[in-house]
Amino acid sequence: MTEAARPDFDLEGLLRQALAPVEPPERLSKRLEDTLATLTDAAADELDAWEMSAMKDPRNWVSVHRPVVAAAVGTTAGVGLILLRTRAKNKKHRAQASDPLDFAERTLRDLAHEARRLLDRPD
Amino acid sequence: MDKAQLDADFSELYRAHLKDVYSYSYYRVGNHHDAEDLTEQTFLQAYRHFERAQRESEGRPLRPWLIRIAHNLAANHYRDRSRKPQTVLDETTPIAATHTTEDIAEGRDELKRILEGVTQLPDERREALIMRFALGMDNREIARAMGKTDGATKVLIHRAIKQLEEMVKSGATLS
Repeated sequence: MTEAARPDFDLEGLLRQALAPVEPPERLSKRLEDTLATLTDAAADELDAWEMSAMKDPRNWVSVHRPVVAAAVGTTAGVGLILLRTRAKNKKHRAQASDPLDFAERTLRDLAHEARRLLDRPD
Repeated sequence: MDKAQLDADFSELYRAHLKDVYSYSYYRVGNHHDAEDLTEQTFLQAYRHFERAQRESEGRPLRPWLIRIAHNLAANHYRDRSRKPQTVLDETTPIAATHTTEDIAEGRDELKRILEGVTQLPDERREALIMRFALGMDNREIARAMGKTDGATKVLIHRAIKQLEEMVKSGATLS
């Protein structure tokens, strides 16, 4: 007797088992987060030149840090992508950084960049 | 809408439906490599058009919209490269309620035959079954994803199950 002829044959139940949801591989999540981070980078390119010069001058640090603090304590909107982006970049920075201070500076720069983008560009 | 809020909403959508899009892609294309590409492209397209989709959805869930993007991309993929979906043979699916080794082997064979049957169905019927059984979408969601009416979707799923049942009964699947 074929299985389909059995009285207890439950095709829908079998379909549920056969087509069970598939867990995406970890590498895909990483790849996607990197891609999305790159995509949003492209939209914020115009701020990069200003940011690089501003970070070199300690007088600008206050203005750079303010939005970071504001984003950290008061802004929930956009936090998802900030974290997603910063996490994606941290690995890259670790590879590029010459020492821990350099790594911290690169990460801080990213946070400042993200926070300022969120606060200054409400469009 | 505020750009930051939009990004946050998109992040939420991404986290909530990554598995859905991946599962759909996997069963659609039949291998992990192409499924990863399809999933990535789906979210990139979705990101580009997210603001408009959110505006036009009027609060309705966006999962059908995401799956529709994946569906269109998969269709283009096959059209451009003249490929056909592969039979899904990976041992990724759990087999529940089996106890002995023989039962497990028999269960695997049975599920394999069902999967092979699914891949032999006409495209629309196959897709409707993937949405229903892999993603757990209801008729309304499937209708939105496929651009059909609720009634037409109900009929489509009914016929897909009927055809699959006949294939399994007659042993018309590959095994």
